[in-house]
Amino acid sequence: MTTTTSHSLAIAAKGLRKSYGDKTVLDGIDLAVPAGTIFSLLGPNGAGKTTVVKILSTLITADAGDLHVGGHDLAAAPQAVRAAIGVTGQFSAVDGLITGEENMLLMADLHHLSRSEGRRTAAELLERFDLVEAAKKPVSTYSGGMKRRLDIAMTLVGGPRIIFLDEPTTGLDPRSRHTMWGIIRELVSGGVTVFLTTQYLDEADELADRIAVLSDGKIAAEGSADELKRLVPGGHVRLRFTDPAAYQSAAVALREVTRDDEALALQIPSDGSQRELRAILDWLDSTGIEADELTVHTPDLDDVFFALTGPTTVPTQPNQPKENVR
Amino acid sequence: MSALSLAVRDSNTMLRRNLLHARRYPSLTLNLLLTPIMLLLLFVYIFGDVMSTGIGGADRSDYIAYIVPGILMMTIGGTVIGTAVSVATDMNEGIIARFRTMAIHRGSVLVGHVVGSVLQCIASVVLVGAVAVAIGFRSTNATALEWLAAFGLLALFALALTWIAVGMGMASPNAEAAGNSAQPLILLPLISSAFIPADTMPGWFQPIAEYQPFTPAIETLRGLLLGTGIGNNGWIAIAWCVGLTVLGYRWSTASFNRDPK
Repeated sequence: MTTTTSHSLAIAAKGLRKSYGDKTVLDGIDLAVPAGTIFSLLGPNGAGKTTVVKILSTLITADAGDLHVGGHDLAAAPQAVRAAIGVTGQFSAVDGLITGEENMLLMADLHHLSRSEGRRTAAELLERFDLVEAAKKPVSTYSGGMKRRLDIAMTLVGGPRIIFLDEPTTGLDPRSRHTMWGIIRELVSGGVTVFLTTQYLDEADELADRIAVLSDGKIAAEGSADELKRLVPGGHVRLRFTDPAAYQSAAVALREVTRDDEALALQIPSDGSQRELRAILDWLDSTGIEADELTVHTPDLDDVFFALTGPTTVPTQPNQPKENVR
Repeated sequence: MSALSLAVRDSNTMLRRNLLHARRYPSLTLNLLLTPIMLLLLFVYIFGDVMSTGIGGADRSDYIAYIVPGILMMTIGGTVIGTAVSVATDMNEGIIARFRTMAIHRGSVLVGHVVGSVLQCIASVVLVGAVAVAIGFRSTNATALEWLAAFGLLALFALALTWIAVGMGMASPNAEAAGNSAQPLILLPLISSAFIPADTMPGWFQPIAEYQPFTPAIETLRGLLLGTGIGNNGWIAIAWCVGLTVLGYRWSTASFNRDPK
């Protein structure tokens, strides 16, 4: 990486290493996150995602690596890094003993806002995160989703330019997840850089400009969601039958297909293009096969994830039960 | 903003947070006051006459005069158990991780706890002192200077025990463990000169009673409040306080600056 581009990088890491005792958690990781983008670190439980966040947010120190956040060297100027970032960790970083409003004012005080400015910021954020009604109640009485929202609201008090979100939607119901996604998109539209870890593939797919897959302490792959999907095979057309006899004769007639006897389904490899679909349909017509349901499956991040994150996982295709109905 | 004013401002914010906790949940602090108050009432109203004879006094009021300084020091020992518990609880909260990733004065979290704890100790001593006065304790022979010195000693002793308690809280994995490891702070007065003079104890036990922080501190406070002179106990007490403060401070800050798990 040249020095000219590193200025526009919100987060730059080279050769990041961390081990606990003889257990290597991060084995030389390179990351480059341009300012104003969403970067997602994806990986199975225990892959070291949280360790990366903890190191980049100055909570723990790395064993080795050339690390810059917001243009500041992590080792040399941690306080300057801290002034540029906001962190919402995996476990809610709120004070449960006091009220939501008091939590917000606490943050305002620690960011050295004036009294009136602090009150205004707190009120604005409570409003924006739909916490006005609960503001005067102790946080210990909040639901998981409310705590998460307060957590993010507290992170935003100082107007950080770089935000770390460690599994921000873990444990949230679908509605709260979508609310959170909306919040994250809104942040980035304001020019903020978001570093997001998640174990939900659809979340990374939905939000991230770039995704890195972390496996066994190394980056297994990096790129946009589309780039990653191109790395693995897995696109196919799936034909499902209700009549076992029709299924059998189709399986015999088509031969070059993958069978799923239990579901009475056949899978024909395909890249999902219009031309290929037409060819398949023509072929089916010519052999007189009439499936009860036809779905097109394009490779999704699940396929990428399973293909990249180690041998213990489920084989990729064609036995994936996952389906993308288009 | 200069480094110092930043440190003061952040520490003040943390102090307000801790005092808010104490005000919202006073039961922990108040429960810890029960032990010294119960012991005071027990020793005065149940054992008082016998104890008074034991120290060569005429009646129960002589024993009140003897026991109150020890009870006040014990109150500090009890109050800082609450400090150890709240520090241990706090360190397990996610919000401490948040503080660590913010551009605030690094020591402010601990300073907030320490100042809050010393203020709570003073409030506790005032409350227990009020009970003592209500049952007949009087400090009529003391000069204003001795009063001031007594207050200073109580504050210094509270500071010393607080730092030790903060260290215990930092070293404990959870609140229960912190409460247990801080127990000696309220038990030590029982084997000091709080209830009976050290020289009336069995010979083999006297060194145990003498060479611990409570005895010289209690002897000094007693001398100051009753106006009976303190000998060299004052210097010994101050040496203990300074030693414990330095030890507790280094222990606590070393634990705090270590990478969290």
